[in-house]
Amino acid sequence: MLFYLLKRILLFIPTLLGITLITFILMRSLPGDPVAGMAGERASPETIARIRAELGQDRPLPLQYVGYLKLLTTGELGRSYYTNRKIADDLLEKFPNTVKLALAALLFASIIGVGMGVFAAVKRGTGWDRVVTLISVSGISIPVFWLGLALMLVFAFYLRWLPPSGMGKGNLVYIVLPAITLGTFSLSYITRVTRSAMLESLSQPYVVSARAKGLSEANVVLKHALKNSLIPVVTLIGLDLGSYLNGAVLTETIFGWDGLGRYALEGILKRDYPVIMGVVLFGAVVFVSINLLVDISYHFLDPRVRIKGAE
Amino acid sequence: MLNNITLKDLTRNAPALIAVILLILLVLTAIAGPYLAPQDPLAMDLDSLKQPPSKAHLLGTDSKGRDIFSRIVYGTRISLAVAIIASALSLCIGVFFGLIAGYFGGRTDIILSQIFDIFLAFPSLLLAIGISAVMPPGLVSAMLAITLVGWAGFARLVRGLTLSLKEQTYVEASRALGARPSRILYKHILPNALPLILVAGSLRVGGFILLEAALSFLGLGVQPPTPTWGSMISLNRAYINSAPWMVIFPGLAISITVISFNILGDFLRDKLDPRLEV
Repeated sequence: MLFYLLKRILLFIPTLLGITLITFILMRSLPGDPVAGMAGERASPETIARIRAELGQDRPLPLQYVGYLKLLTTGELGRSYYTNRKIADDLLEKFPNTVKLALAALLFASIIGVGMGVFAAVKRGTGWDRVVTLISVSGISIPVFWLGLALMLVFAFYLRWLPPSGMGKGNLVYIVLPAITLGTFSLSYITRVTRSAMLESLSQPYVVSARAKGLSEANVVLKHALKNSLIPVVTLIGLDLGSYLNGAVLTETIFGWDGLGRYALEGILKRDYPVIMGVVLFGAVVFVSINLLVDISYHFLDPRVRIKGAE
Repeated sequence: MLNNITLKDLTRNAPALIAVILLILLVLTAIAGPYLAPQDPLAMDLDSLKQPPSKAHLLGTDSKGRDIFSRIVYGTRISLAVAIIASALSLCIGVFFGLIAGYFGGRTDIILSQIFDIFLAFPSLLLAIGISAVMPPGLVSAMLAITLVGWAGFARLVRGLTLSLKEQTYVEASRALGARPSRILYKHILPNALPLILVAGSLRVGGFILLEAALSFLGLGVQPPTPTWGSMISLNRAYINSAPWMVIFPGLAISITVISFNILGDFLRDKLDPRLEV
């Protein structure tokens, strides 16, 4: 078990380095002064000097990369061209908002997704099953930003049930539409996976014996089949967390949600390269860290794997 | 392989049939674009800004007075071109490296797999943003970004396929007869992996289209005034309350295109290998 943990963490490090390397290459692809990838002219002379010392044009490229790594380890992600604020500070400030949104979306996607998946499995082959399949195919085909706009149009402008944008100082109504928008893509996958996992569970011998014992159908489905289907579903939910970062860029833009995604958009619009690079790097690190955690916990959660690992 | 799928299979599956018809229509629209569009997509009629659908303008006009229907028709060319070219490129690159990693194993595999993992470590949209932001905007930046985002997924898939296929007896026999690796890969492994690769490809095209739409929505990739479905939505979204058709129609175009590709991909997968976890 410990060996597995060690192995996974060991493999994690080259991936992290690889992420920084790609980000570095992207930054250096920008024409002009290499320091421009991390700071603008408005940054303080000390910051610029520090960054230039590591990334300066007079240094050979590999050393520039090492210098970049050195800067990263001190938490220096550069400063925005426009606001001159430290990008690391901005990220730490806005990331929690994205996390809140992602968790809300996750809640929505998991509950509705598992529900629909179970429903479709139970009603297999009927019209209901087809409806659910249609919904889940649509869910992964509709552009996130369009869905957000459509929901905004219907629920905020026409029906006036929910506010169209903003964060509303934490008032829960403000998170509803963005969460639904962000979660729909995930919901579709969860529905499909739950459905197939349930179908497989329901065809197992123990289901037959449970029914023969006289247990109610609801009991059989929910207490027995569902519990055993949950492992692949939970894994998927965990691994999907990273994809919320993608959707967040679009969702936060539409709904004016002050998180990582909107920060990235502002960077794009203003061609604020330090911001763009900072978000790309940060996003990748978060993504890959979450995957690692999910991987490890899955390894421990699945009893079959655990037993094998103990050998 | 693809001989297993007959036209009869297709006609029995209603959604798949509709999807194929729609896709054919889309391709025809893309090809016939300039002849199909009633108006010049860049022509601004300043007398009819933000007009709802009418006889003069089938789907209405946008905030600059341009005919939405014509713009959507022209946008089809961009979306399909980017999707198809980026898919083809990332498929080729991915298949190439996947075959090498899977067949040769050992240190080559370890290094290549690590490279795949590094590219897959980025959330797709963020990487696409990073790549297209540092290049001059345009068609090339969108294609390059999507290709670089997509190739590693194909590579990992093909690597897995190669790993299992190379254990087959005919491969062993071929090797015993003294065949060179390139011959084995080209004549034995690749043809047998091809159906699954095509299924994976068709399932991912939809994602590439969404990625291109997201990039142009964010202002990267193909630039206005060239019409793309994504930028049409972002340019007109301020007026969503007063003139929703400007946003609804481009979005419908994207959705219908992607749904068709996904249904087609599902159909191919069900016919070729239902057990496949693509």
